[in-house]
Amino acid sequence: MAYAAIGRDPRDRGGEAQPLLMVKGLLKYFPVLGGVLNRKVASVQAVDDVSFEVAKGETLGVVGESGCGKSTTARLLMRLIEPDAGSVIFDGEGVGEQHGLSVRDMRRSMQMVFQDSYASLNPRLTIEETIAFGPRVHGVSGKEARDRARALLGKVGLDPNLFVRRYPHELSGGQRQRINIARALALEPRLVIFDEAVSALDKSVEAQVLNLLNDLKRDMSLTYIFISHDLNVVRYISDRVLVMYLGKVVETGTVEAIYGNPRHPYTRALLSSMPSMDPAQRTTAPALTGDPPNPINPPSGCRFRTRCAFAEGVCAMVEPRLEIVADAERHAAACHMEIAGSGHSKAIPQLAPQIGPQITGAVA
Amino acid sequence: MAETTLPGMVPDTPVASRGYWSSVFRRLRGDWVTIFCLVVLLAIILSAVFAPWVAPVDPYKTSVIRRLKDIGTPGFPLGTDELGRDMLSRLIYGGRLSLLMGITPVINALVIGSLLGIVAGFVGGKVNMVIMRTVDVFYAFPSVLLAIAISGALGAGLVNSIVSLTIVFVPPITRVAESVTTSVRNLDFVEAARASGAGSWTIIRVHVLGNVLGPVFVFATGLISVSIILASGLSFLGLGVRPPEPEWGLMLNTLRQSIYVNPWVCALPGLMIFITSICFNMMSDGLRAAMDVRA
Repeated sequence: MAYAAIGRDPRDRGGEAQPLLMVKGLLKYFPVLGGVLNRKVASVQAVDDVSFEVAKGETLGVVGESGCGKSTTARLLMRLIEPDAGSVIFDGEGVGEQHGLSVRDMRRSMQMVFQDSYASLNPRLTIEETIAFGPRVHGVSGKEARDRARALLGKVGLDPNLFVRRYPHELSGGQRQRINIARALALEPRLVIFDEAVSALDKSVEAQVLNLLNDLKRDMSLTYIFISHDLNVVRYISDRVLVMYLGKVVETGTVEAIYGNPRHPYTRALLSSMPSMDPAQRTTAPALTGDPPNPINPPSGCRFRTRCAFAEGVCAMVEPRLEIVADAERHAAACHMEIAGSGHSKAIPQLAPQIGPQITGAVA
Repeated sequence: MAETTLPGMVPDTPVASRGYWSSVFRRLRGDWVTIFCLVVLLAIILSAVFAPWVAPVDPYKTSVIRRLKDIGTPGFPLGTDELGRDMLSRLIYGGRLSLLMGITPVINALVIGSLLGIVAGFVGGKVNMVIMRTVDVFYAFPSVLLAIAISGALGAGLVNSIVSLTIVFVPPITRVAESVTTSVRNLDFVEAARASGAGSWTIIRVHVLGNVLGPVFVFATGLISVSIILASGLSFLGLGVRPPEPEWGLMLNTLRQSIYVNPWVCALPGLMIFITSICFNMMSDGLRAAMDVRA
């Protein structure tokens, strides 16, 4: 948990310096049932020891291939899935812990927008009922909840007079996603998680919604976690980026650091797989070949080594820690080439004998 | 467009929004087959309800001298049965018991089956396994056999045959309710409702019920025809109501012996069963089509 070294003192509650969200060692293994008695025969290591922080007012982009655990992380944060281990600290208060923040109160401060804009709206409820549902659950009176719904519709750029009585099937994809955003904001949260929220929209609508998100963030002083596989979108909207691979965080840092100076070979491969707008910079060789390994039985040591061009013996034996590479940019990467004295031929030779490679097991 | 606050918005033309049920109604209105079936069913149901005023004569009044008259006999437009009772009156009165025995079990099963199915589908896990495997046991028997077996065990009678038919229809309704609930439960709007901090009962009430009851209701209307036929079958076998009560199945049974004397009159109760059940079936199909939004 080297990344914690960058963060602030967790006892510093409230105030500017306290990160809005601190995630420590989040872990979820889904059981794979099989056999005659339907017993657990294996487990999918969906999210494996993920730790990160989100500062107040910042947008954290989360990128990675399909199946790397981005969405599972979001669902774990919302407690839609119970984590196996790990703690989530919301503005200094442990979520679901004794003397901490209850899950119900956390869900008031933290909301989520889902990818499928159609499936995330109840087809039997009007737009007004959908948006007013959350506040009603938290004891807001019917009239006030409806007023709030109308105000929010205006905020997301939809005329309340036209939309309150409508049903989801009467709306376009972009309009539905605006409704989903309004629904998430109805509880006046401080943190909103967008799980591939713009991925299903076409490019022009996507741009409109992204601008809307920026406006809302400014107007309502929100903090975002923005999950996407679209690197351009993440670059546009994020302040900081978290790169995930097979349930692990492999690199994190500011947008400038990640996009300008990627350190982990996986991040570099991801970035070079982005289609270039410049024909002179046409990519010839595929940056990343093959599929990610099976999360039921991930590779030993570094999980990326099976697809990494620089893999060496040490990569198979030792799991690389998330190591700070540039303190000023809060840039950290989990690669042996960045760990001094790790034993990798491209790593800086060991500086002092006591900071040797640390053998880490499944749980770092 | 005074309310729009953001640039780059596509102005929306003000179209009057239609609710879900009004759009279902609009689609039903254009469906002539369903409308026709609804009218026929309404006529049958109303005449059964208001039988004392609609029926021309007393359905229990027998006469030895006018037995098994033809259809079109003056005073007896649909002829008379083997005891000289007016067929038209008996068919009108017979609708009371036949419809009662046909619809009540389905309504009972709709309530019980939806409850079981929604609980099984929403809670999942062990609860689901216990409920659904129990239901599967009933599935192992053909429905006719099951109805006869339960009715036989409980004894003949109106209430007992309703109970036995209810037991027959709970498993299929439970299964439909469970499968619809399972698919609805995994949709994002249920997740979103949970993420809003809503409890299970609120989610079931607001988000699950509305989406599950529609398909289950359509399925249940399709079962009414089966139920009417099974109820008639039970009466036919002597497990339902007893003579001299007019009931279509029972009438078919008693008239069966006279089929060589006056086949047309003997076929009339069967025709009523046929018309009623096919109308319920067609109406169910029409409802299914009209309620299938996502266009």
